[in-house]
Amino acid sequence: MSEITVELPKSEPASRSFIGRVRDSDLLASFLSSKVTVVAGVLTLIFFLAAVLAPLIAPTNPFDPASNFLIDSLNPPRFVAGGDARFLLGTDDQGRDLWSAILYGLRVSLLIGVFGVLLGGAIGITLGLIAGYAGGRIDSIIMRIADVQLTFPAILIALLVDGVVQALLKGQNREETAFGILVVSIGLSFWVQYARTVRGSTLVEKNRDYVQAARLIGLSPARILARHILPNVMGPVLVIATINLALAIITEATLSFLGVGLPPTQPSLGTLIRIGQNFLFSGEWWIVTFPSITLAALVLAVNLLGDWLRDALNPRLK
Amino acid sequence: MIAFIIRRLFASIGVLIAVGLIAFLLFRYVGDPVNQMVGIETPESERVALRQQLGLNDPTIVQAFRFLAHAARLDFGISYQFKQPVSELIGARMPATLELAFVASIMSLVTGIPMGVYTALRRKSALAKLFEALSLVGISLPTFLIGILLIYLFSVTLGWLPSFGRGDVVHIGSWWTTGLLTASGLKSIIMPAITLALFQMTLIMRLVRAEMLEVLRADYIRFARARGLSERKVHFRHALKNTLVPVITVVGLQLGSIVAFSIITETVFSWPGMGQLFLQSVQNVDIPIMAAYLLFIAFLFVIINLVVDLLYAAVDPRLRVAIHGA
Repeated sequence: MSEITVELPKSEPASRSFIGRVRDSDLLASFLSSKVTVVAGVLTLIFFLAAVLAPLIAPTNPFDPASNFLIDSLNPPRFVAGGDARFLLGTDDQGRDLWSAILYGLRVSLLIGVFGVLLGGAIGITLGLIAGYAGGRIDSIIMRIADVQLTFPAILIALLVDGVVQALLKGQNREETAFGILVVSIGLSFWVQYARTVRGSTLVEKNRDYVQAARLIGLSPARILARHILPNVMGPVLVIATINLALAIITEATLSFLGVGLPPTQPSLGTLIRIGQNFLFSGEWWIVTFPSITLAALVLAVNLLGDWLRDALNPRLK
Repeated sequence: MIAFIIRRLFASIGVLIAVGLIAFLLFRYVGDPVNQMVGIETPESERVALRQQLGLNDPTIVQAFRFLAHAARLDFGISYQFKQPVSELIGARMPATLELAFVASIMSLVTGIPMGVYTALRRKSALAKLFEALSLVGISLPTFLIGILLIYLFSVTLGWLPSFGRGDVVHIGSWWTTGLLTASGLKSIIMPAITLALFQMTLIMRLVRAEMLEVLRADYIRFARARGLSERKVHFRHALKNTLVPVITVVGLQLGSIVAFSIITETVFSWPGMGQLFLQSVQNVDIPIMAAYLLFIAFLFVIINLVVDLLYAAVDPRLRVAIHGA
């Protein structure tokens, strides 16, 4: 095979700045036209900022055992009778400041969610592109696997992967491996949707003229897939990714709640809720309440954004 | 029709064998089965004997076949943590889970379909808006949070309902136990069932609403109106009937996921079902139980899928014709 390199002219002069294009786009107009969406967007932004800036905002580091004292344990929130002024939202059984723990927990939950979605997306998009472009046996093998996996709810797959990876990494320190295990479990349980969508779009795109042209000038399949087809199938992927972020956050929280996620020494929101649940009957309601509200608000905001994005990018609804 | 059923049957068996092979790989290669079964001080000679006895020295293909053959007879070996046959352990806990899943699906159907129809027909009404807002909250609230909320409300604050367990159970036949015939059993199932049903309900509601809106735009609805049929007849005889086909599929397929989601509900409410057993087996790397549970869910899914396909043919006359023609 001879490599023919052709210098293609740049298709579109980059005359308009990115900000200008965003300002004039339909997307922004439709974003601003829905109050609920704006609120959800602002809320999501706040959550992300709080997660990134957690070390700066939080009064104490809840992961650092030296900064927590058992004597401070089970303090009610500041605004309740008997509350300690140092602890805005009270403390848990370890004497951890709940406000700090929530900020750090948010950080962990979002990090795992984002990485899980990225991993799932990477696997799904790659397999979808390959399946759609190659067709034939490769396509049917990949899609069969996807079908069988769809048999099982994501949470079950995540639990299974979690269990298997833990068994394989036996003897390793759980605190070091938990993060990676969760990302892998979430990534492996959420790739199917990307693969199916991307495969469908690829099947359509691969017969278009520009792909034929790219093939004609001798580009390798990998290059055609990555540089030519991929940008044209990304629209639906974005919607799936947003909705999956909410699902990934829920999955992480659920696994941590079930006790196979993050250990109590580096709690995510799910771990905090798991800890708090034990104190439901003894009257320490704040330990479970505040992390729960944070988690619910976070997932709701991301879900609303995903809903909006899906409708905004769907030409049939215009 | 028969050719269709046979084709579906073969596809189902294929799925089961694939899942069975995954289960076998788990069983054989995640951790050493022999190490899991013996104590630390078991001498090497006994280990070798056990290895031989379990057939772990045979070629992989032979082992895989043996595993599948045993699985087909519901023999999944001995649980590592309980030292009891897996099929007995799962069998003892199956009624609790299936009962919970059954009650939850009925609940979600009985509430979800009317809510979906209502929100589609009266899109602008305040109640419809409320339902939709609720459905979004229902999808956003993780299952375990709903459970905790219910416990806080009805057990801690009001003290009306028990927060854990199944209550008193009655034996039916040799192995089935039911809590649906005793007062405490009925009281115990309310909160877990609601927790499990809520997500399904929102799903069904959203689906029925979307399908209904789609169908109401179709030409035959316009014709039905033009023929002077009452709105009631148009909505329920023509529109609703046609939305039910996709609803059947989703509801059917969700039944499998209800059983799987009950892992979470069972943990929150200490419900003595299979989900709890599975979670314990994940925590303790009890591979035989994990493998058996995996196969059980796959089996359930395959059966449901088959039934859904047959129901399709029963509900939609077009499919019957297509099948006969094929």
